[in-house]
Amino acid sequence: MGNDVLLEIKNMKKSFNDLEVLKDISLTVRRGEVISVIGPSGSGKSTLLRCATLLEKMDEGSLKYLDSYAADMVDGRIKYAPKSELKKIRNYFGLVFQNFNLFPHYSVLRNITEAPIHTEHIPERIAVAKARELLKDLGLSDKENAYPFELSGGQQQRVSIARALAKSPEVLFFDEPTSALDPELTGEVLRVIRKLASQKMTMIIVTHEMQFAREVSDRIIFMENGVIEVEGTPDELFNSQHGRLNEFLGRLKE
Amino acid sequence: MSVEIFALTLLFSLPLGLLVSFGRMSRIKPVRYLVNFYISIMRGTPLMLQLIVVYFAPYYVFGKTINGFRFPAVIIAFSINYAAYFAEIYRGGIESMPKGQYEAAEVLGFNRFQTFFKIIFPQVIKRILPAVTNETITLVKDTSLAFVLAEVEMFTMAKQIAAKDASIMPLMVAGLFYYVFNALVAMVMDRFEKKLSYYR
Ligand SMILES: Nc1ncnc2c1ncn2[C@@H]1O[C@H](COP(=O)(O)OP(=O)(O)OP(=O)(O)O)[C@@H](O)[C@H]1O
Ligand SMILES: [Mg+2]
Repeated sequence: MGNDVLLEIKNMKKSFNDLEVLKDISLTVRRGEVISVIGPSGSGKSTLLRCATLLEKMDEGSLKYLDSYAADMVDGRIKYAPKSELKKIRNYFGLVFQNFNLFPHYSVLRNITEAPIHTEHIPERIAVAKARELLKDLGLSDKENAYPFELSGGQQQRVSIARALAKSPEVLFFDEPTSALDPELTGEVLRVIRKLASQKMTMIIVTHEMQFAREVSDRIIFMENGVIEVEGTPDELFNSQHGRLNEFLGRLKE
Repeated sequence: MSVEIFALTLLFSLPLGLLVSFGRMSRIKPVRYLVNFYISIMRGTPLMLQLIVVYFAPYYVFGKTINGFRFPAVIIAFSINYAAYFAEIYRGGIESMPKGQYEAAEVLGFNRFQTFFKIIFPQVIKRILPAVTNETITLVKDTSLAFVLAEVEMFTMAKQIAAKDASIMPLMVAGLFYYVFNALVAMVMDRFEKKLSYYR
Protein backbone atom coordinates (compact mmCIF):
# COMPACT_ATOMS: atom_id res chain seq x y z
CA MET A 1 0.00 0.00 0.00
CA GLY A 2 2.52 2.53 -1.27
CA ASN A 3 1.46 5.41 0.91
CA ASP A 4 1.36 4.50 4.52
CA VAL A 5 0.67 8.00 5.82
CA LEU A 6 -3.04 8.81 5.83
CA LEU A 7 -3.01 12.20 7.44
CA GLU A 8 -0.31 14.76 7.85
CA ILE A 9 -0.81 17.97 9.77
CA LYS A 10 2.03 20.45 9.82
CA ASN A 11 2.32 23.60 11.91
CA MET A 12 -1.41 24.05 12.30
CA LYS A 13 -2.37 27.33 13.92
CA LYS A 14 -5.81 28.59 14.79
CA SER A 15 -7.06 31.61 16.69
CA PHE A 16 -10.50 32.80 17.62
CA ASN A 17 -10.23 36.57 17.65
CA ASP A 18 -7.34 37.18 20.03
CA LEU A 19 -7.40 33.73 21.54
CA GLU A 20 -4.69 31.44 20.19
CA VAL A 21 -6.27 28.02 20.44
CA LEU A 22 -3.86 25.94 18.35
CA LYS A 23 -0.26 27.07 18.41
CA ASP A 24 1.70 24.98 15.96
CA ILE A 25 0.35 21.46 15.91
CA SER A 26 2.05 18.81 13.81
CA LEU A 27 0.78 15.28 13.62
CA THR A 28 1.29 12.33 11.31
CA VAL A 29 -1.19 9.47 11.27
CA ARG A 30 -0.41 6.16 9.61
CA ARG A 31 -2.83 3.58 8.33
CA GLY A 32 -4.27 1.44 11.09
CA GLU A 33 -3.10 3.65 13.92
CA VAL A 34 -5.34 4.48 16.85
CA ILE A 35 -4.47 7.77 18.47
CA SER A 36 -6.10 9.19 21.56
CA VAL A 37 -6.04 12.88 22.31
CA ILE A 38 -6.30 13.86 25.95
CA GLY A 39 -5.92 17.12 27.81
CA PRO A 40 -7.70 19.62 30.01
CA SER A 41 -10.83 21.45 28.96
CA GLY A 42 -10.09 24.29 26.57
CA SER A 43 -6.74 22.90 25.48
CA GLY A 44 -7.91 22.82 21.84
CA LYS A 45 -8.73 19.15 21.29
CA SER A 46 -12.05 19.77 19.61
CA THR A 47 -10.62 22.63 17.59
CA LEU A 48 -7.90 20.31 16.31
CA LEU A 49 -10.53 17.81 15.18
CA ARG A 50 -12.69 20.52 13.68
CA CYS A 51 -9.79 21.92 11.68
CA ALA A 52 -8.80 18.44 10.52
CA THR A 53 -12.37 17.72 9.39
CA LEU A 54 -12.72 21.08 7.60
CA LEU A 55 -15.46 22.32 9.91
CA GLU A 56 -13.13 25.11 10.91
CA LYS A 57 -10.55 26.85 8.78
CA MET A 58 -7.10 26.99 10.26
CA ASP A 59 -5.06 30.19 9.98
CA GLU A 60 -1.71 28.67 9.13
CA GLY A 61 -0.19 25.28 8.39
CA SER A 62 -0.87 22.41 6.07
CA LEU A 63 -3.33 19.56 6.10
CA LYS A 64 -2.87 16.57 3.84
CA TYR A 65 -4.92 13.39 3.43
CA LEU A 66 -3.11 10.69 1.45
CA ASP A 67 -1.67 12.64 -1.47
CA SER A 68 -4.20 15.45 -1.40
CA TYR A 69 -3.59 18.76 0.26
CA ALA A 70 -6.73 20.22 1.81
CA ALA A 71 -4.69 23.25 2.78
CA ASP A 72 -1.11 24.33 2.39
CA MET A 73 1.04 27.40 2.77
CA VAL A 74 1.63 29.30 -0.44
CA ASP A 75 3.93 32.35 -0.26
CA GLY A 76 3.51 32.50 3.47
CA ARG A 77 -0.28 32.39 3.37
CA ILE A 78 -2.65 29.52 3.82
CA LYS A 79 -4.45 28.33 0.75
CA TYR A 80 -7.31 25.85 0.80
CA ALA A 81 -7.86 23.46 -2.09
CA PRO A 82 -10.73 24.16 -4.51
CA LYS A 83 -14.21 22.97 -3.59
CA SER A 84 -14.13 19.89 -5.79
CA GLU A 85 -10.89 18.76 -4.20
CA LEU A 86 -12.26 19.33 -0.69
CA LYS A 87 -15.34 17.32 -1.61
CA LYS A 88 -13.11 14.42 -2.54
CA ILE A 89 -11.08 14.85 0.65
CA ARG A 90 -14.24 14.76 2.78
CA ASN A 91 -14.69 11.18 1.65
CA TYR A 92 -11.42 10.27 3.33
CA PHE A 93 -12.64 10.90 6.84
CA GLY A 94 -15.63 10.55 9.11
CA LEU A 95 -16.45 12.35 12.33
CA VAL A 96 -18.43 11.11 15.30
CA PHE A 97 -19.79 13.91 17.46
CA GLN A 98 -20.18 14.05 21.18
CA ASN A 99 -23.93 14.60 20.87
CA PHE A 100 -24.44 12.32 17.84
CA ASN A 101 -26.12 14.89 15.59
CA LEU A 102 -28.28 12.25 13.98
CA PHE A 103 -30.94 13.52 11.62
CA PRO A 104 -34.10 13.26 13.74
CA HIS A 105 -36.50 13.22 10.79
CA TYR A 106 -34.88 10.19 9.18
CA SER A 107 -35.10 6.56 10.23
CA VAL A 108 -31.94 4.83 11.40
CA LEU A 109 -31.47 3.21 8.01
CA ARG A 110 -31.92 6.47 6.15
CA ASN A 111 -29.54 8.29 8.48
CA ILE A 112 -26.92 5.83 7.30
CA THR A 113 -27.76 5.54 3.61
CA GLU A 114 -28.57 9.17 2.78
CA ALA A 115 -25.00 10.38 2.37
CA PRO A 116 -23.67 7.43 0.33
CA ILE A 117 -26.68 7.60 -1.99
CA HIS A 118 -26.73 11.34 -2.50
CA THR A 119 -23.14 12.45 -2.14
CA GLU A 120 -21.31 9.44 -3.56
CA HIS A 121 -24.10 8.28 -5.87
CA ILE A 122 -23.93 4.72 -4.68
CA PRO A 123 -26.96 2.73 -5.86
CA GLU A 124 -29.62 2.57 -3.15
CA ARG A 125 -29.66 -1.24 -3.15
CA ILE A 126 -25.97 -1.38 -2.37
CA ALA A 127 -26.08 1.40 0.20
CA VAL A 128 -28.94 -0.29 2.02
CA ALA A 129 -27.18 -3.65 2.01
CA LYS A 130 -24.05 -2.06 3.42
CA ALA A 131 -26.04 -0.16 6.06
CA ARG A 132 -27.71 -3.39 7.19
CA GLU A 133 -24.35 -5.05 7.46
CA LEU A 134 -23.04 -2.19 9.60
CA LEU A 135 -26.13 -2.26 11.79
CA LYS A 136 -25.65 -5.98 12.28
CA ASP A 137 -22.01 -5.43 13.22
CA LEU A 138 -23.01 -2.81 15.75
CA GLY A 139 -25.84 -4.88 17.22
CA LEU A 140 -28.64 -2.68 15.91
CA SER A 141 -30.26 -4.93 13.32
CA ASP A 142 -33.70 -4.61 14.86
CA LYS A 143 -33.55 -0.80 14.87
CA GLU A 144 -33.31 0.07 11.21
CA ASN A 145 -36.82 1.48 11.07
CA ALA A 146 -36.66 3.30 14.38
CA TYR A 147 -36.25 7.04 14.63
CA PRO A 148 -33.41 8.50 16.66
CA PHE A 149 -35.69 9.69 19.47
CA GLU A 150 -36.76 6.10 20.06
CA LEU A 151 -33.20 5.02 20.83
CA SER A 152 -31.06 5.25 23.93
CA GLY A 153 -28.03 7.53 23.83
CA GLY A 154 -25.72 4.57 23.41
CA GLN A 155 -27.75 3.26 20.51
CA GLN A 156 -27.85 6.70 18.92
CA GLN A 157 -24.10 6.99 19.15
CA ARG A 158 -23.68 3.56 17.57
CA VAL A 159 -25.97 4.64 14.73
CA SER A 160 -23.86 7.75 14.25
CA ILE A 161 -20.75 5.56 14.08
CA ALA A 162 -22.49 3.42 11.46
CA ARG A 163 -23.39 6.59 9.57
CA ALA A 164 -19.76 7.68 9.54
CA LEU A 165 -18.56 4.21 8.51
CA ALA A 166 -21.07 3.98 5.67
CA LYS A 167 -18.88 6.28 3.61
CA SER A 168 -15.94 3.89 4.04
CA PRO A 169 -13.62 6.57 5.44
CA GLU A 170 -9.89 6.03 5.65
CA VAL A 171 -9.79 7.62 9.06
CA LEU A 172 -12.44 8.17 11.70
CA PHE A 173 -12.41 11.01 14.21
CA PHE A 174 -14.27 10.87 17.51
CA ASP A 175 -14.86 13.91 19.71
CA GLU A 176 -15.65 12.61 23.19
CA PRO A 177 -18.00 9.92 21.87
CA THR A 178 -19.17 8.88 25.32
CA SER A 179 -19.28 12.20 27.16
CA ALA A 180 -22.98 12.76 26.52
CA LEU A 181 -23.89 9.28 27.71
CA ASP A 182 -25.01 7.95 31.05
CA PRO A 183 -22.15 5.94 32.57
CA GLU A 184 -23.96 2.64 32.08
CA LEU A 185 -24.20 3.32 28.35
CA THR A 186 -20.56 4.20 27.65
CA GLY A 187 -19.53 0.54 27.61
CA GLU A 188 -21.49 -0.39 24.49
CA VAL A 189 -19.96 2.49 22.54
CA LEU A 190 -16.42 1.84 23.73
CA ARG A 191 -16.86 -1.81 22.78
CA VAL A 192 -17.72 -0.78 19.24
CA ILE A 193 -14.63 1.42 19.02
CA ARG A 194 -12.45 -1.39 20.37
CA LYS A 195 -13.85 -3.70 17.74
CA LEU A 196 -13.03 -1.16 15.04
CA ALA A 197 -9.50 -0.91 16.42
CA SER A 198 -9.09 -4.66 16.18
CA GLN A 199 -10.21 -4.41 12.55
CA LYS A 200 -7.37 -1.93 11.98
CA MET A 201 -9.59 1.10 11.45
CA THR A 202 -7.51 4.26 11.64
CA MET A 203 -8.93 6.42 14.40
CA ILE A 204 -8.26 9.63 16.26
CA ILE A 205 -10.20 9.78 19.48
CA VAL A 206 -10.59 12.71 21.82
CA THR A 207 -11.58 11.19 25.12
CA HIS A 208 -11.60 11.55 28.87
CA GLU A 209 -11.81 7.77 29.34
CA MET A 210 -8.20 7.17 30.37
CA GLN A 211 -8.46 3.44 30.91
CA PHE A 212 -10.01 3.04 27.48
CA ALA A 213 -7.39 5.29 25.86
CA ARG A 214 -4.67 3.24 27.45
CA GLU A 215 -6.05 -0.05 26.17
CA VAL A 216 -7.05 0.92 22.68
CA SER A 217 -4.40 3.41 21.56
CA ASP A 218 -1.15 2.93 19.75
CA ARG A 219 -0.26 6.48 20.64
CA ILE A 220 -1.60 9.06 23.04
CA ILE A 221 -1.29 12.80 22.64
CA PHE A 222 -1.51 15.09 25.63
CA MET A 223 -2.56 18.59 24.65
CA GLU A 224 -2.35 21.68 26.76
CA ASN A 225 -2.85 25.33 25.83
CA GLY A 226 -2.94 24.59 22.14
CA VAL A 227 0.25 22.58 21.88
CA ILE A 228 1.04 18.88 21.90
CA GLU A 229 2.79 18.75 25.24
CA VAL A 230 3.56 15.01 25.39
CA GLU A 231 3.22 12.29 22.79
CA GLY A 232 3.98 8.61 23.05
CA THR A 233 2.77 5.07 23.60
CA PRO A 234 0.25 4.53 26.40
CA ASP A 235 3.00 3.09 28.61
CA GLU A 236 5.28 6.04 27.97
CA LEU A 237 2.52 8.48 28.80
CA PHE A 238 1.23 6.83 31.91
CA ASN A 239 4.75 6.45 33.27
CA SER A 240 5.86 9.89 32.21
CA GLN A 241 7.47 12.28 34.64
CA HIS A 242 5.90 15.27 32.92
CA GLY A 243 4.54 17.42 35.73
CA ARG A 244 1.39 18.83 34.21
CA LEU A 245 0.49 15.53 32.54
CA ASN A 246 0.71 13.79 35.90
CA GLU A 247 -1.29 16.53 37.47
CA PHE A 248 -3.94 16.11 34.76
CA LEU A 249 -4.05 12.33 35.15
CA GLY A 250 -4.17 12.70 38.90
CA ARG A 251 -7.11 15.07 38.72
CA LEU A 252 -9.04 12.59 36.60
CA LYS A 253 -8.56 9.84 39.15
CA GLU A 254 -10.21 11.79 41.93
CA MET B 1 -63.84 34.75 -3.94
CA SER B 2 -62.59 34.66 -0.34
CA VAL B 3 -61.54 31.08 -0.80
CA GLU B 4 -59.67 31.95 -3.94
CA ILE B 5 -57.86 34.81 -2.23
CA PHE B 6 -57.00 32.47 0.62
CA ALA B 7 -55.71 29.67 -1.60
CA LEU B 8 -53.80 31.86 -4.02
CA THR B 9 -52.24 33.91 -1.25
CA LEU B 10 -50.93 30.78 0.44
CA LEU B 11 -49.76 29.38 -2.87
CA PHE B 12 -47.68 32.46 -3.64
CA SER B 13 -46.67 33.73 -0.21
CA LEU B 14 -45.32 30.47 1.24
CA PRO B 15 -42.56 29.99 -1.37
CA LEU B 16 -42.03 33.74 -1.73
CA GLY B 17 -41.63 33.99 2.04
CA LEU B 18 -38.84 31.40 1.94
CA LEU B 19 -37.08 33.42 -0.73
CA VAL B 20 -37.50 36.59 1.31
CA SER B 21 -36.13 34.89 4.41
CA PHE B 22 -33.02 33.97 2.42
CA GLY B 23 -32.67 37.63 1.50
CA ARG B 24 -33.17 38.58 5.12
CA MET B 25 -30.30 36.27 6.13
CA SER B 26 -28.15 37.06 3.11
CA ARG B 27 -24.46 37.64 3.60
CA ILE B 28 -24.69 40.56 1.19
CA LYS B 29 -25.42 43.66 3.24
CA PRO B 30 -27.44 45.71 0.71
CA VAL B 31 -29.69 42.73 0.04
CA ARG B 32 -30.23 42.25 3.74
CA TYR B 33 -31.05 45.91 4.31
CA LEU B 34 -33.39 46.10 1.35
CA VAL B 35 -35.28 42.98 2.40
CA ASN B 36 -35.38 44.23 5.97
CA PHE B 37 -36.94 47.45 4.78
CA TYR B 38 -39.50 45.59 2.70
CA ILE B 39 -40.45 43.41 5.66
CA SER B 40 -40.74 46.39 7.97
CA ILE B 41 -43.07 48.16 5.53
CA MET B 42 -45.22 45.08 5.09
CA ARG B 43 -45.47 44.47 8.79
CA GLY B 44 -45.52 48.07 9.84
CA THR B 45 -48.41 49.38 7.74
CA PRO B 46 -51.99 48.16 7.57
CA LEU B 47 -52.80 45.58 4.96
CA MET B 48 -55.73 47.68 3.88
CA LEU B 49 -53.44 50.53 2.99
CA GLN B 50 -51.20 48.16 1.06
CA LEU B 51 -54.22 46.93 -0.85
CA ILE B 52 -55.10 50.45 -1.85
CA VAL B 53 -51.56 51.29 -2.86
CA VAL B 54 -51.21 48.18 -5.01
CA TYR B 55 -54.62 48.74 -6.52
CA PHE B 56 -53.78 52.28 -7.52
CA ALA B 57 -50.21 51.62 -8.47
CA PRO B 58 -51.02 51.39 -12.21
CA TYR B 59 -52.86 54.68 -11.92
CA TYR B 60 -49.82 56.40 -10.50
CA VAL B 61 -47.32 54.67 -12.73
CA PHE B 62 -49.16 54.69 -16.05
CA GLY B 63 -51.64 57.43 -15.34
CA LYS B 64 -54.63 55.16 -15.80
CA THR B 65 -56.39 52.28 -14.09
CA ILE B 66 -56.37 48.85 -15.64
CA ASN B 67 -59.63 47.04 -16.13
CA GLY B 68 -60.04 43.89 -14.11
CA PHE B 69 -57.00 44.67 -11.99
CA ARG B 70 -58.92 44.51 -8.75
CA PHE B 71 -58.56 40.78 -8.17
CA PRO B 72 -54.89 40.57 -9.17
CA ALA B 73 -54.22 43.61 -6.98
CA VAL B 74 -55.75 41.86 -3.99
CA ILE B 75 -53.70 38.72 -4.65
CA ILE B 76 -50.49 40.70 -5.10
CA ALA B 77 -51.03 42.78 -1.99
CA PHE B 78 -51.94 39.76 0.11
CA SER B 79 -49.08 37.67 -1.21
CA ILE B 80 -46.33 40.21 -0.65
CA ASN B 81 -47.77 41.05 2.74
CA TYR B 82 -48.01 37.45 3.91
CA ALA B 83 -44.65 36.59 2.36
CA ALA B 84 -43.08 39.11 4.73
CA TYR B 85 -44.70 37.48 7.76
CA PHE B 86 -43.87 33.98 6.57
CA ALA B 87 -40.29 35.08 5.90
CA GLU B 88 -39.87 36.00 9.54
CA ILE B 89 -41.37 32.69 10.60
CA TYR B 90 -39.03 30.77 8.31
CA ARG B 91 -36.08 32.76 9.59
CA GLY B 92 -36.98 32.02 13.19
CA GLY B 93 -37.23 28.33 12.36
CA ILE B 94 -34.02 28.22 10.39
CA GLU B 95 -32.06 30.10 13.02
CA SER B 96 -33.37 27.81 15.73
CA MET B 97 -31.78 24.77 14.09
CA PRO B 98 -28.81 23.44 16.03
CA LYS B 99 -25.43 23.99 14.42
CA GLY B 100 -24.69 20.29 14.77
CA GLN B 101 -27.15 19.40 12.03
CA TYR B 102 -25.27 21.57 9.54
CA GLU B 103 -21.94 20.21 10.69
CA ALA B 104 -23.01 16.57 10.49
CA ALA B 105 -24.28 17.21 6.97
CA GLU B 106 -21.11 19.01 5.97
CA VAL B 107 -18.81 16.26 7.20
CA LEU B 108 -20.95 13.67 5.40
CA GLY B 109 -20.36 15.57 2.16
CA PHE B 110 -23.77 17.09 1.50
CA ASN B 111 -23.56 20.33 -0.45
CA ARG B 112 -25.29 23.47 0.78
CA PHE B 113 -28.39 22.88 -1.31
CA GLN B 114 -28.78 19.29 -0.13
CA THR B 115 -28.10 20.29 3.44
CA PHE B 116 -30.86 22.83 3.37
CA PHE B 117 -33.53 20.88 1.55
CA LYS B 118 -32.81 17.40 2.92
CA ILE B 119 -31.71 18.10 6.45
CA ILE B 120 -32.66 21.57 7.60
CA PHE B 121 -35.91 22.49 5.89
CA PRO B 122 -37.95 19.39 6.79
CA GLN B 123 -37.12 20.00 10.44
CA VAL B 124 -37.83 23.72 10.13
CA ILE B 125 -41.32 22.95 8.82
CA LYS B 126 -42.08 20.92 11.90
CA ARG B 127 -40.84 23.71 14.14
CA ILE B 128 -42.71 26.54 12.46
CA LEU B 129 -46.00 24.76 11.91
CA PRO B 130 -47.78 26.34 14.90
CA ALA B 131 -46.72 29.82 13.81
CA VAL B 132 -47.75 29.16 10.22
CA THR B 133 -51.12 27.92 11.45
CA ASN B 134 -51.57 31.15 13.36
CA GLU B 135 -50.78 33.19 10.31
CA THR B 136 -53.09 31.11 8.16
CA ILE B 137 -55.95 31.70 10.56
CA THR B 138 -55.29 35.41 10.39
CA LEU B 139 -55.30 35.15 6.62
CA VAL B 140 -58.76 33.62 6.68
CA LYS B 141 -60.01 36.60 8.60
CA ASP B 142 -58.13 39.08 6.44
CA THR B 143 -59.66 37.76 3.24
CA SER B 144 -63.08 38.87 4.40
CA LEU B 145 -61.60 42.29 4.94
CA ALA B 146 -60.33 42.35 1.39
CA PHE B 147 -63.70 41.25 0.18
CA VAL B 148 -65.50 44.15 1.80
CA LEU B 149 -62.80 46.57 0.84
CA ALA B 150 -62.67 45.39 -2.70
CA GLU B 151 -66.42 45.62 -3.15
CA VAL B 152 -67.19 48.87 -1.50
CA GLU B 153 -64.41 51.13 -0.45
CA MET B 154 -62.09 50.70 -3.34
CA PHE B 155 -64.88 51.49 -5.66
CA THR B 156 -65.78 54.74 -4.02
CA MET B 157 -62.14 55.54 -3.53
CA ALA B 158 -61.52 54.98 -7.21
CA LYS B 159 -64.32 57.34 -8.11
CA GLN B 160 -62.98 59.98 -5.75
CA ILE B 161 -59.49 59.77 -7.05
CA ALA B 162 -60.57 59.72 -10.65
CA ALA B 163 -62.92 62.63 -10.07
CA LYS B 164 -60.75 65.23 -8.46
CA ASP B 165 -57.31 63.69 -8.61
CA ALA B 166 -57.33 63.66 -4.83
CA SER B 167 -53.98 62.99 -3.28
CA ILE B 168 -53.53 59.91 -1.18
CA MET B 169 -51.40 62.02 1.11
CA PRO B 170 -53.64 61.55 4.18
CA LEU B 171 -53.47 57.80 3.67
CA MET B 172 -49.70 57.98 3.49
CA VAL B 173 -49.58 60.00 6.69
CA ALA B 174 -51.78 57.45 8.39
CA GLY B 175 -49.51 54.74 7.04
CA LEU B 176 -46.47 56.50 8.39
CA PHE B 177 -48.08 56.71 11.80
CA TYR B 178 -48.70 52.97 11.83
CA TYR B 179 -45.21 52.33 10.59
CA VAL B 180 -43.53 54.37 13.31
CA PHE B 181 -45.70 52.91 16.00
CA ASN B 182 -45.00 49.36 14.84
CA ALA B 183 -41.30 50.11 14.50
CA LEU B 184 -41.35 51.02 18.17
CA VAL B 185 -43.13 47.80 19.05
CA ALA B 186 -40.65 45.84 16.96
CA MET B 187 -37.75 47.55 18.70
CA VAL B 188 -39.05 46.62 22.13
CA MET B 189 -39.65 43.04 21.02
CA ASP B 190 -36.16 42.89 19.54
CA ARG B 191 -34.67 43.93 22.87
CA PHE B 192 -36.72 41.24 24.50
CA GLU B 193 -35.57 38.64 22.01
CA LYS B 194 -31.93 39.55 22.61
CA LYS B 195 -32.48 39.24 26.34
CA LEU B 196 -33.85 35.75 25.83
CA SER B 197 -31.03 34.64 23.57
CA TYR B 198 -28.57 34.07 26.37
CA TYR B 199 -29.18 30.36 26.04
CA ARG B 200 -29.75 28.06 23.13
N1 LIG C 1 -16.09 29.08 17.69
C1 LIG C 1 -15.35 29.56 18.70
N2 LIG C 1 -15.28 30.88 18.93
C2 LIG C 1 -14.53 31.37 19.94
N3 LIG C 1 -13.80 30.61 20.77
C3 LIG C 1 -13.83 29.28 20.60
C4 LIG C 1 -14.60 28.69 19.56
N4 LIG C 1 -14.44 27.34 19.63
C5 LIG C 1 -13.60 27.13 20.66
N5 LIG C 1 -13.23 28.27 21.26
C6 LIG C 1 -12.31 28.40 22.37
O1 LIG C 1 -11.12 27.72 22.05
C7 LIG C 1 -10.61 27.06 23.18
C8 LIG C 1 -10.39 25.62 22.89
O2 LIG C 1 -11.65 25.02 22.69
P1 LIG C 1 -11.84 23.49 22.36
O3 LIG C 1 -13.29 23.25 22.22
O4 LIG C 1 -10.97 23.11 21.22
O5 LIG C 1 -11.28 22.81 23.68
P2 LIG C 1 -11.33 21.29 24.12
O6 LIG C 1 -9.93 20.88 24.38
O7 LIG C 1 -12.08 20.49 23.14
O8 LIG C 1 -12.09 21.36 25.51
P3 LIG C 1 -13.19 20.35 26.13
O9 LIG C 1 -12.43 19.25 26.79
O10 LIG C 1 -13.89 21.20 27.12
O11 LIG C 1 -14.07 19.89 25.03
C9 LIG C 1 -11.56 27.34 24.33
O12 LIG C 1 -11.05 28.38 25.09
C10 LIG C 1 -12.82 27.76 23.64
O13 LIG C 1 -13.54 28.68 24.41
MG1 LIG D 1 -13.96 19.50 23.14
